[in-house]
Amino acid sequence: MKIFIERIQKTIEREFSGKVKDLLKSVDINPNNVLVVRNNELITEEDDVKNSDSVKILSVISGG
Amino acid sequence: MLCSKCKEKAVFLSPKLCKNHFVDYFEKKVFDTIKKFNLLKKNDKVVVACSGGKDSTTVLYLLKKFHGNVVALAIDEGIRGYRDKTLLDLERFCKKHDIELRVHSFKDEVGKTLDRMLKQKNHPCSICGTFRRYLLNKHAKGFDKIATGHNMDDEAQAVLMNLLKGNTGLLWNSNPITRKVKGFVQKIKPLYFCSEKEVAAYVLLKSFEVGFIECPYMEESFRNKVRDVLNDDELKHKCSKLNILNKNLELLKKLDLKRKDFRYCSDCREPSQSRVCKTCQLIKSFK
Ligand SMILES: [Zn+2]
Ligand SMILES: [Zn+2]
Repeated sequence: MKIFIERIQKTIEREFSGKVKDLLKSVDINPNNVLVVRNNELITEEDDVKNSDSVKILSVISGG
Repeated sequence: MLCSKCKEKAVFLSPKLCKNHFVDYFEKKVFDTIKKFNLLKKNDKVVVACSGGKDSTTVLYLLKKFHGNVVALAIDEGIRGYRDKTLLDLERFCKKHDIELRVHSFKDEVGKTLDRMLKQKNHPCSICGTFRRYLLNKHAKGFDKIATGHNMDDEAQAVLMNLLKGNTGLLWNSNPITRKVKGFVQKIKPLYFCSEKEVAAYVLLKSFEVGFIECPYMEESFRNKVRDVLNDDELKHKCSKLNILNKNLELLKKLDLKRKDFRYCSDCREPSQSRVCKTCQLIKSFK
């Protein structure tokens, strides 16, 4: 799975299929700090993602 | 996972809502905050302190929608590669939504860009904060209220930080509306009960064009620690941030302390804690 992490402006590759909340746990990101987007659609922590998906993890923290 | 109000797919978890119901829920929450805390009177002239970021852009959009006439006020600190970019986003947004934008710069008003000042001195956030507050208040004169983009996370963090540092006097600022003090335009925070995550979801669902970019001078390691503590706690106990804010509001109501009276600066006549205000002292130190 391709995962773009906005805060560090990097795309990483991971073997993963399962719930978004477990994906976030595996990359050590608190769900309160981010939104997760798949195909430009906002998805929730309870949604499932497949290994063939590519997702974006967007930061909700404002730069000031 | 479906919306709790209809058959559409949920895009948000707490509360569990689809796109349309989330947008309604968010807007209603802001509207209710404005009503409950009497943030705006019918004919108030309002200026929104804008950075081009998601929070102040949301406030700008919603006050235009709920209140009508608003003016966007932005301060250009002179931070290359950062503020020039966010101000472009803001310009575009204001043009699209037919909102008057006024920009005032450190360079024109206090003589130097922040980038230049930092060649002489450290502590960017304290210099920047002093001049920003001064310029916002100065250019909001003639308006009844300054609206800011402070959200529930910012406010809960501020309460905790002020408690940890023993700055209990500053707890008064953690209110949806600041108290009336001669020389200061009253500040209002329409996003007071909206979490950072809710604001970000609203901005995404409304397709507002605000880029993700962080200030290169950000030195808020203490705030980041407090944010992590609060967000970890929020995972275990839902609504812990909301509880902090509600408890603080209750406490302030009971205290009702008299705020220390301000003096007025002998140079610029703005409210000040000392004979010459912090802003004037800082300007002199850069000459
Ligand atoms: Zn719905
Ligand atoms: Zn002064």
